[in-house]
Amino acid sequence: MPKDYKMMWRDLDLNLAAHEGLLGVLSDAYTNIYTSQKDRPEGMKYFDFVISEVHSLRIEEIVEARKQGRKVIGTFCVYVPEELILAVDGVDIGLCAGAEVGSDEAEKYIPRNTCALIKAFMGFKLAGLCPYIQTTDLIVGETTCDGKKKAYEIFDELTGGKVYVMEIPNKKDEDGITLWRNEVRRFADRLEELTGRKISLEKLKEASRIVNEKRKALQRLSLLRAFDPSPVSGLDALLINQVSFYDDPVRFTAKVSELCDELDERVRRRIGVAGKGSPRILISGSPMAIPNWKLHAIIEGSGATVVGEESCVGERNFGTLLHDDFSSIEEGVQKIADRYMTINCACFTPNEGRLKDIVSMAKRLKADGVIHYALQFCTPYMMESYKAKKVVEAMGVPFLRIETDYSMEDMGQLKTRVEAFLEMIGNGVSA
Amino acid sequence: LKIGGIDIGSRYIKYVLLADIHLVEFQRRETGYNPLSVCRELLDCGKPDKLVATGYGRHLLEIHDNIETITEIKAVARGARAVFPHCRTIIDIGGQDTKIISLNEDGTVINFEMNDRCAAGTGRFLEIMARTLGYNMESFGDYCSNKNGGIKVNSLCTVFAESEVVSLITKGEKREVIANALHESIVNKVIALIKRVEVKDDIVFAGGCAKNSCLKRMFEERLQRKIYVHENPYMHAAYGAALYAMEN
Repeated sequence: MPKDYKMMWRDLDLNLAAHEGLLGVLSDAYTNIYTSQKDRPEGMKYFDFVISEVHSLRIEEIVEARKQGRKVIGTFCVYVPEELILAVDGVDIGLCAGAEVGSDEAEKYIPRNTCALIKAFMGFKLAGLCPYIQTTDLIVGETTCDGKKKAYEIFDELTGGKVYVMEIPNKKDEDGITLWRNEVRRFADRLEELTGRKISLEKLKEASRIVNEKRKALQRLSLLRAFDPSPVSGLDALLINQVSFYDDPVRFTAKVSELCDELDERVRRRIGVAGKGSPRILISGSPMAIPNWKLHAIIEGSGATVVGEESCVGERNFGTLLHDDFSSIEEGVQKIADRYMTINCACFTPNEGRLKDIVSMAKRLKADGVIHYALQFCTPYMMESYKAKKVVEAMGVPFLRIETDYSMEDMGQLKTRVEAFLEMIGNGVSA
Repeated sequence: LKIGGIDIGSRYIKYVLLADIHLVEFQRRETGYNPLSVCRELLDCGKPDKLVATGYGRHLLEIHDNIETITEIKAVARGARAVFPHCRTIIDIGGQDTKIISLNEDGTVINFEMNDRCAAGTGRFLEIMARTLGYNMESFGDYCSNKNGGIKVNSLCTVFAESEVVSLITKGEKREVIANALHESIVNKVIALIKRVEVKDDIVFAGGCAKNSCLKRMFEERLQRKIYVHENPYMHAAYGAALYAMEN
């Protein structure tokens, strides 16, 4: 008999009837897309469990942590330094933004032609459907695009003043780096003020180790996908990356490592998710927040394998490690700031680093094609698709540009495009 | 050996039957609300030994009858190439999709562009506008005045364009002139798609809208090139699917 969480949800002020509906839809989608996959690794059972408890057990853990005096920090961006949050014993939670929920409510506050991700986090809050938002003590926004920047002003109003915005510079020059180091310092101060705890060198080292271990586990998973056939589906790898934003980091790392041990064994025994030689696709572009599985489901449903995500929910989140050989808090905070500046977000200009990332990932993962994914109205990534296309085609690798959102109305069209792209690859067409 | 190709489009289902390479049957029916039963009726008129499905609804047959599928992009390319051996570019305007397809010298698809999700620049747009102006879809293009009369339909959105047309009618504009402006509006939208690929001769215009003489003429004027239209432009995708079935 599953535990009844209605009391907890009521205490969190959720809209119980609508919430029940959402969980039903999520569970159906998960069954159709995930549990129907063939030959999944045993290690995915943990992640199935995490999803089945996404609004239950994990929320109970967070509520429990709060009772013990820990603060919950909600985030939306891989630029928010997790090390600092853990150094004050905070719980870092990536907030819900991957489903078409409460759009009509959201559109009372923001324009209709806003990207699906922004509409979703507004919608989740307004429709009373995200227990994570409800448990937060602080919500960290950032200035990675105009839409988010302005939406956070409204979100602050809706959450009773919980939003704290970090300024991300637009250029990675000396001024930009100085600005960002100061922002990270100010964020550390804000966290100390919120929690009433001082960041100690020991705590900062411990937090840095925990986050680096998580990154290493995700890097190992990414490397395993370079084998042909890949021992894990793109859908499963995407799910793991999505879960990395809200699971307990130590437990998560242990579970990913266990899974990777199993994947090592699958590689040795040449067990893959698709036949050897089936088309290998690299995804590049806008983030895919949970439960946005749309494009992966289309691609893998058409017989190809997604072998990597050049994305915030993917390589940008774990691609570089922190140099944790610092010997003072100040040095540590600066090294943390500098590590985050290695992330090549489309909010920067110029952003040649991202193009290099795409090329090196396509080579390392032996991609047969690159699909550039932009959320509709996500101007930074939509714009960068032009340059991405140029560098990918220069490698002789076919490139497909897709703009879409969370709705299902363009599924037929997307399927035709993806299948035609795979047919082109199957015919040995190079760009 | 009888070989079939079926193209399950958003508005019509097209069926081609080959016997020893020769085309022996072509049928076209409205897709309607129960495409599976329409498919079965069509297949009953000449049961093929082998069948390949294509078009928007191709997976319908795959799910029910385990029929192999290819996309309409590959199918149109194969079918157009069989009729026009020098074809390198295809403009395919169907019921809900507009596609521009580039082929290499061997006839392999090397690039394609598709309209985004809305009906702007598709056959559906034309169909709704024909109805608003009281024309029959088949002969809509023949009624276009050659002069644009200084009017323009600006909205790409089918719904907004329809209300623009209604307001032009109430202003007393001649329907032949409005028809001309509507065709120009579609051509503008499609030309924008064409510009994203490298256009090489021969250019073939496929899909139901290729029957429209006004569209063909406008494309030729804008591109300054000859455009080839087969007497049965509905057939290419289904024919291509059948040829694919024969060759594989």
